[in-house]
Amino acid sequence: MSGGTGEITFLDAIRQGLWDEMKADPTVYLIGEDIGVYGGAFKLTAGLLDEFGPERVIDTPIAESGFVGAAIGSAMMGLRPVVEFQFIDFIANAFDMIVNFAGTNHYRWGQKVPMVMRGPSGGRVSGSAFHSANPEAYFNRAPGLKIVYPGTVEDAYGLIRAAIRDENPVLFFEHKYLYRRIKGTIPADAAPIPLGKARLARPGRDLSIITYAAMLHVALEAAEILAAEGIEIEVLDLRTLKPLDEEAVLATARKTGRVVVLTEEPQTGSFAGEVAARVAEKAFWHLDAPVARVCCLDTPVPYSPPLEDYYLPNADKLIARVRELLRA
Amino acid sequence: MSLGPLHPSSAAPKDRLAKSGLSRERQLELYRFLKLNRLVEDRLTNLYRQGKVVGGLYGSRGQEAVSVGTAYALGPADIVAPLIRNLGVMLVRGVSPREVFTQYMARGTSPTGGKDCNLHFGDLKRGLISPISMLGALVPVMAGVGLAAKLQHRSYVAMTYIGDGGTSTGDFHEGMNVAAVLGVPLVVVAEHNGYAYSTPTARQMKIKDLAQRAAAYGIPARTVDGNDVLAVYEAARAMIETARAGGGPQLLEVKTFRMKGHAEHDDASYVPKELVEQWRAKDPIDRFERHLLAGELATQDELDAIVGRINAELDAEVDFALASPMPPPERAREGVYAGGARS
Repeated sequence: MSGGTGEITFLDAIRQGLWDEMKADPTVYLIGEDIGVYGGAFKLTAGLLDEFGPERVIDTPIAESGFVGAAIGSAMMGLRPVVEFQFIDFIANAFDMIVNFAGTNHYRWGQKVPMVMRGPSGGRVSGSAFHSANPEAYFNRAPGLKIVYPGTVEDAYGLIRAAIRDENPVLFFEHKYLYRRIKGTIPADAAPIPLGKARLARPGRDLSIITYAAMLHVALEAAEILAAEGIEIEVLDLRTLKPLDEEAVLATARKTGRVVVLTEEPQTGSFAGEVAARVAEKAFWHLDAPVARVCCLDTPVPYSPPLEDYYLPNADKLIARVRELLRA
Repeated sequence: MSLGPLHPSSAAPKDRLAKSGLSRERQLELYRFLKLNRLVEDRLTNLYRQGKVVGGLYGSRGQEAVSVGTAYALGPADIVAPLIRNLGVMLVRGVSPREVFTQYMARGTSPTGGKDCNLHFGDLKRGLISPISMLGALVPVMAGVGLAAKLQHRSYVAMTYIGDGGTSTGDFHEGMNVAAVLGVPLVVVAEHNGYAYSTPTARQMKIKDLAQRAAAYGIPARTVDGNDVLAVYEAARAMIETARAGGGPQLLEVKTFRMKGHAEHDDASYVPKELVEQWRAKDPIDRFERHLLAGELATQDELDAIVGRINAELDAEVDFALASPMPPPERAREGVYAGGARS
């Protein structure tokens, strides 16, 4: 990218990242449903067909297993596919290809599969059970995959570029609530942001909130409210979930001695559980309170706004849990 | 293995609908369901524009004859799994407009109590199974519904729907093949409406007719004019009875057209205007109306009276939905598991 951007949205940043990587590397191509002529269900790929042509922006039939499999095959042959799921919920239809094929390939026979699988995820948009998923925990268990889940405009841009350059299958989740709600600028000299590095989003000394994606903004909102009472919350934005930046997780835990892991997913079997376990295992003697998880209910994502609000974490629920830990 | 004719019966003279053994009364009932389907969706469009609909609105304008004609051919004990555009199926099976309005408006009084949206609800008492958003998924599931009929020596038939895009999925293929091999009583209605979201059928598959897929499973198939409600009804009825008699799964392709976008937010600018105009002239409700009038099965006054009664009903049903409260938040916790256990 030359010249940097003015103020752009989270969605624009991802499009810009795709654009720049496609310009830089002719082996990068996009594949998915309604991404070319239509520009994608969220218009994230709008304009890319005109610029790069139908051999690099490929519309497919409704066949997630089919086009993810095709992406894997082409990746082994030297291309760098970026697959779009129209909604990330439909990643379930390609589970076998991702977990059993892409994830195990390099371990089993040394063949790399450099590809990105991206799509809109997350709730708070009344999308109901099949258009609101956060599937990170399903895939965190699967060896061989990387998982990226940005929460800021700058990270969305830098991380999509790094994901495309990575030599492994990378799942890149984009919280759709952020698409047009947050803005930022990308400087002209912005570089890809290395995978596997968390970012200290707000320094503090009293308690750490470890989070990512849309929940990052809930954490920052809560931190701001508590700051007015003189409570200093540290917020760690993981950005990459796998490989997990364990060093950063343990550093903040040891620094504040109190940890809340905040994620937007059912709590049982959650990604938050893995983070909490690492803290409990490796920073236990630095803790002044039990590690807490603030997650969603163990239910499908409900549709009606009062139900979904009740299902999701928010600043009030988070603050209530923070106060409990501060009393401990 | 027999493949039915692959050309749509719309090749027949335009305003002549298929021959039907249906009585005048039953044809008027069909008309009522067609109009009800369209008028419920017109109300929903208004509610959507007023910001009362929560989330997207998925209509079936121009495709009403498919839903109504096929569902009308079912017997009372048959089990059907409609897709998001098959409002007419649900209405024929006895779903009330208020159930639809409250669902689309996320109210606490909706059939799912606010937990799920739009037409994502079912009721086995009325022979209705709810879809998920993942296309193709209903085909194997309905093969299983048919399998249960076979294993339990019951005489019901399973029926479900698939769009042109949906036939690209692995689930569709696996489900069709399983159903064929197990010889279950299943009728799959393949709704060929031209577009899957923005993708025209030609970009979805290399074959011209969805019915051609049946050859791969070794099952019978037919293609009919999906905008001729009588042709749809007669073809569905014949296939349902063949399946009921032990003939195994059947594929019915209906050729129709999606007259609006994928959902209300989509202006469908990718669809050529001429194509829309071509199909507007073949509107299934207009054609059926002309058939009823020309055949002297009804007078214009009688048809107007039917519409008048529907509109009066819908006024009340919309009012009910608008006056309904949102659900209590704590309800979000309820119902993940079924209660009790088999003794």
